[in-house]
Amino acid sequence: MKLPDKQGHFGQFGGRYVPETLMPILTELEKAYAHYKGDREFKEEFAYYLKEYVGRPNPLYFAEKLTKRLGGARIYLKREDLNHTGAHKINNTIGQGLLAKRMGKKRVIAETGAGQHGVATATIAALFGMECEVFMGEEDIRRQSLNVFRMKLLGATVTPVTAGTATLKDAMNEALRNWVTYVQTTFYVIGTTAGPHPYPMMVRDFQSVIGKEAKLQHERAEKRLPDYLVAAVGGGSNSLGLFYPFLDDEEVKLIGVEAAGYGIETGKHAAPLCAGRVGVLHGNKTYLLQDDDGQIAFAHSISAGLDYPGVGPEHAWLKDTGRADYVSVTDEEAMEGFRVLTQEEGILPALESSHAIAHVLKLAPTLPQDKTIVVCLSGRGDKDIHTVADQMGVKL
Amino acid sequence: MKTDGIAERPLAGRLRELGYDMGRIAETFKELRKKGDKGLVTFITAGDPDLDTTAEIIRELEASGADFLELGIPFSDPMADGPTIQLASERALAGGATLARILETVRTVRKDTRIPIILMGYYNPVFAYGTERFVADAVDAGVDGVILVDLPPEEAAAEGLTPLAREKGLDVIFLLAPTSDEGRIGKVVKSGRGFLYYVSVTGVTGARKEVSASLDREVERVRNATGLPLVVGFGISDPGQAGAVAVLGDGVVVGSALVKLFEQYRGNELKQRVRGFVSGLKAGISSAAAREKNEL
Repeated sequence: MKLPDKQGHFGQFGGRYVPETLMPILTELEKAYAHYKGDREFKEEFAYYLKEYVGRPNPLYFAEKLTKRLGGARIYLKREDLNHTGAHKINNTIGQGLLAKRMGKKRVIAETGAGQHGVATATIAALFGMECEVFMGEEDIRRQSLNVFRMKLLGATVTPVTAGTATLKDAMNEALRNWVTYVQTTFYVIGTTAGPHPYPMMVRDFQSVIGKEAKLQHERAEKRLPDYLVAAVGGGSNSLGLFYPFLDDEEVKLIGVEAAGYGIETGKHAAPLCAGRVGVLHGNKTYLLQDDDGQIAFAHSISAGLDYPGVGPEHAWLKDTGRADYVSVTDEEAMEGFRVLTQEEGILPALESSHAIAHVLKLAPTLPQDKTIVVCLSGRGDKDIHTVADQMGVKL
Repeated sequence: MKTDGIAERPLAGRLRELGYDMGRIAETFKELRKKGDKGLVTFITAGDPDLDTTAEIIRELEASGADFLELGIPFSDPMADGPTIQLASERALAGGATLARILETVRTVRKDTRIPIILMGYYNPVFAYGTERFVADAVDAGVDGVILVDLPPEEAAAEGLTPLAREKGLDVIFLLAPTSDEGRIGKVVKSGRGFLYYVSVTGVTGARKEVSASLDREVERVRNATGLPLVVGFGISDPGQAGAVAVLGDGVVVGSALVKLFEQYRGNELKQRVRGFVSGLKAGISSAAAREKNEL
């Protein structure tokens, strides 16, 4: 069955829970996307920018030293960190930017947590000649000063958000408020597979280039499908981008890794699929961190990109149907993943991606050597150097 | 889902459907029309800063001439609200307001007031409470209607809210906006009960100095599409504006400008300020309505 359905539902999840002001605009966006999705010129232009500007296809790199160290399954890294701007986020912003251009929108806005999506949006705004405003929690601005400066250099306005927890969810609230206000002229570039329909579907489609490439590259290297796919899940765009082209390949096991923060049992985490309940936030129904009264709870993760109390609705659906498994790793384990990959392979992973690596450290040794794991290395770790130094007690 | 015929519904719903057993909302609009007056819809956030204050203020609002009350259910992530109502929600949550306690407050206030009470907020607290249980408990407590700003008619139907509410006699009120095209207007008008809420600006809630110049034409567009009473809100902050906007439809909503008073005042002083502000608004509305009647 092809999901989402016409109303944007994945089973009970997804949908369009937004103020009436946005309903006609979402319908317009849905129609535009449905049209251009099948449009040859649009597809060619998207492919052109992915190749010539982003630098795709990026490698599926066999991590031989890491594989030897763990002594189990063969580990492949899908190198999204090598993309222009240093993460997978650019795949989606190119797609939405081209769509915005065709819809005649001259202004784009975005929310950002780690700043990767903000940078990717500011980048395409510069490239396509659009005005750009990025909403970012004050707490994240502090954690990610490098990316804030990059966005400003690219010509974007970075608007600090002080409401609530001053992190990604509050940035998304503020972006939605801005969109409601300037809806006729503005295109909202959502950075993950969440939000109201058609965003979860659209972002998934633009990101599925990750999985399509990985499938071909693995086929070339191993003459078969991989046994496991592992990717970090915040909102869920890099993981769904990797998983989606494999959904019908039942023999491929899909594992999403959530941020357990200080540990699930402490309540200070960002793992709604592992420890949340179903609810409605930011335009869609999904698993959320919330209290018994339906108030959204604080999320915590060392990684600003995973610090979000919700998750894309398609992940909620994949969890409930059992097609994908969701696990979690703590801040501390993610730091270990960061250290091991840096030392074994000479690759600094983003703290988001370090969560996926951390799970592979546990999983690979339990598997025989003829199995393979494809890990999404969603971004590079340069932006996280300050956080890492802090954790290690080093002053830069 | 199978749409059941009128005959299969319980008696109360059936009578309602046929126009008997009018709820407090419809009755109030009928009375206003008879008097040639327009409605003042006031919004406050429940539990701001505590629910005892809310109960007292509701009585004060009724006594000062407010015709309807929208009672905000505070939510941690109010994405359609400006800073004033965001802060009110924070105060209310810090004061321990929950949907269950808000319903208890309505039940208490209902014993000595007859102002129609419409709960207004976001869907997640209602979903967490249980949609079916919410409808039953709200009606039982004396709530007359509900507005959930992030639950458009499609999702309200999918969640089972509209059929359940219709059966129990709770009006589910929907919004329309300047972005609403003919298709949306048609759809929303068909699903709505009680009244239609026209959002006068594209934007979030909050007091504004001026109202849109093209507002009369926009409101006319919606009026022509429905027999439901129509109220206009978002950004209205003084008696002059309230009067000018109220005569375009059947009433006007004042929210943020009223909620602002809760930022500055407490206790008896808050009550006095609310009384002064609301009676001024009502006077502005009634005199504008009278002028309009004389001109006709």
